[in-house]
Amino acid sequence: MNRGSSSGRFRNTEAANGLMMVSPTAIYAVLLLAAPLIAVVLYSLMVDSKVGLSAGLTFDNYIKVWTGRIDQALMLRSLTVSAMVTLVTVALAYPVAYFVSFHVRPERKSMWIFLITIPFWTSYLIRVFLWKVILGYNGVINSGLMNLGIIDEPLTVINYSLGSMIMTLAHAYAAFAILPIFVSLEKIDRSFLEAGQDLGESKLMTFFRVTLPLSMPGVIAAVLIVFIPTIGDYVTPELIGGGKLPMIANRIEAIMLKQNDKALGSAIAMTAMLIVAAVAVVFLLLNRRFLKGQSK
Amino acid sequence: MKNPSLKLYAVAYLIFLYAPIALLPLFAFNDSKVIAFPLAGFTTNWFAEMWADQQLFKAFGNSLLIAVCASVLATTLGIFAARASTRYKFPGKAGILGLIMLPMVLPEMIVSMALLVVLIAIGVPLSIFTIILGHVLICTPFAVAILTSAFQSLDRSLEEAAYDLGETPASTFRLIILPLVMPGIISSLLICFTISLDEFIIAYFLGGNQTVLSVYIFGQFRFPAKVPAVMALGFVLVCISICLLTIAEYFRRRGIAKTGGKDTGGFL
Repeated sequence: MNRGSSSGRFRNTEAANGLMMVSPTAIYAVLLLAAPLIAVVLYSLMVDSKVGLSAGLTFDNYIKVWTGRIDQALMLRSLTVSAMVTLVTVALAYPVAYFVSFHVRPERKSMWIFLITIPFWTSYLIRVFLWKVILGYNGVINSGLMNLGIIDEPLTVINYSLGSMIMTLAHAYAAFAILPIFVSLEKIDRSFLEAGQDLGESKLMTFFRVTLPLSMPGVIAAVLIVFIPTIGDYVTPELIGGGKLPMIANRIEAIMLKQNDKALGSAIAMTAMLIVAAVAVVFLLLNRRFLKGQSK
Repeated sequence: MKNPSLKLYAVAYLIFLYAPIALLPLFAFNDSKVIAFPLAGFTTNWFAEMWADQQLFKAFGNSLLIAVCASVLATTLGIFAARASTRYKFPGKAGILGLIMLPMVLPEMIVSMALLVVLIAIGVPLSIFTIILGHVLICTPFAVAILTSAFQSLDRSLEEAAYDLGETPASTFRLIILPLVMPGIISSLLICFTISLDEFIIAYFLGGNQTVLSVYIFGQFRFPAKVPAVMALGFVLVCISICLLTIAEYFRRRGIAKTGGKDTGGFL
């Protein structure tokens, strides 16, 4: 009993020490993240008029956002763009991560990863702008092809389209997709692969039945890491879309700052967050299913 | 060797990653106002034009100030959180750390709008200070991630040995733990610095009338005549960030070597 109470006291001091240690960071996050998010939730339930915010709480803003034609169209566009970007990015990244993990000598792996991450740390704005320069009407591709005599008139399909937005974002988030997939591939016990082949599976079948399922947590992490920021991207629709193909973030800015309707803007922001959360939950559940499948 | 097509694909992918950036030096030195092929000839005029722009220096100065403050503050907050998460068990740990890491998985637009609404509501004027507040918030998760791996590779027995030899917790932290995690701290500082320097959304919405580098660049895109000078600026920025990253990578590797860990590559 004596021992029990002393270990209880120890646990208490450890808990207290831990809480004390984490408190500066935690307080910062509560004041500058949790409190503002709660404020946005409250705002979204009020009505913003010229007189000021109403006192009562209502779902009017959400009804307006979810039934409004423009908002629906923008949500759908944002979802389509970020879903396509995620698909393209992850599909293109997987073979690269696989190559680095399985075919590169261990001592050279970190050099490959370093090479892959460098472009990602250079100015995001300038990278997006470079795609505008490449794909624009008088851009690098059009002027290059016209110069070579392959085309007579500039191609218009490549500028200001959803396709070029997807291309730009897929390039911008490439490293985000490769890293988690690489990490999960690195964790795979190589003897499983030998076992698969010893049991008569072909190399391809071993990949589909062993490697791919085991790397699924990395793929799902990659999906989330790419999907979440792209759905809220502001710069690409502004620069590549030429402002003609706005997404949610541009809509939030327009409502919140240009029309100065903080309540409606908050409702759009919350809706975007709900979409992100819903997608995240679906993928996390998928992840759990894969983990379960593994332990069986 | 085993699969040449896979290697070919990986190399092609690297080319795809680098191709847009390769255009920067090409057009930064190109003697033409129009960004198009064929190239017109060599010039350093765009660098001179960039150099003569007073606004650019003002914006760059603001960015440097913000990046230094944000990286120091975020790394300090990161040290507390990483130390707490690797060394202690405490109630609500997952929730608290989840909240701290949340900005990593939240669209930046939402973070900046939420902050903006509150700052306006309580009447804080938008300035460089408010940008720093926002940048610390989004840099902290990266600092925590980097520092957690640095603290994780610490050998607990070193710390216990120091206690046995009569050191206090504070002197142990200063003499034993801090030197061992120093490489992690330096790479966290550099990464946070780079993130803050590059960040646009928060700087754009929380800056009021203060212009920082990324906002300046965004403003220049509206004027086609300014594009070559932006290319020159972009080239300089790419060179700076490659230097910073190489230094960060050097310290990260040295850190791993110091604590005897295995190199798994990458910052994240």
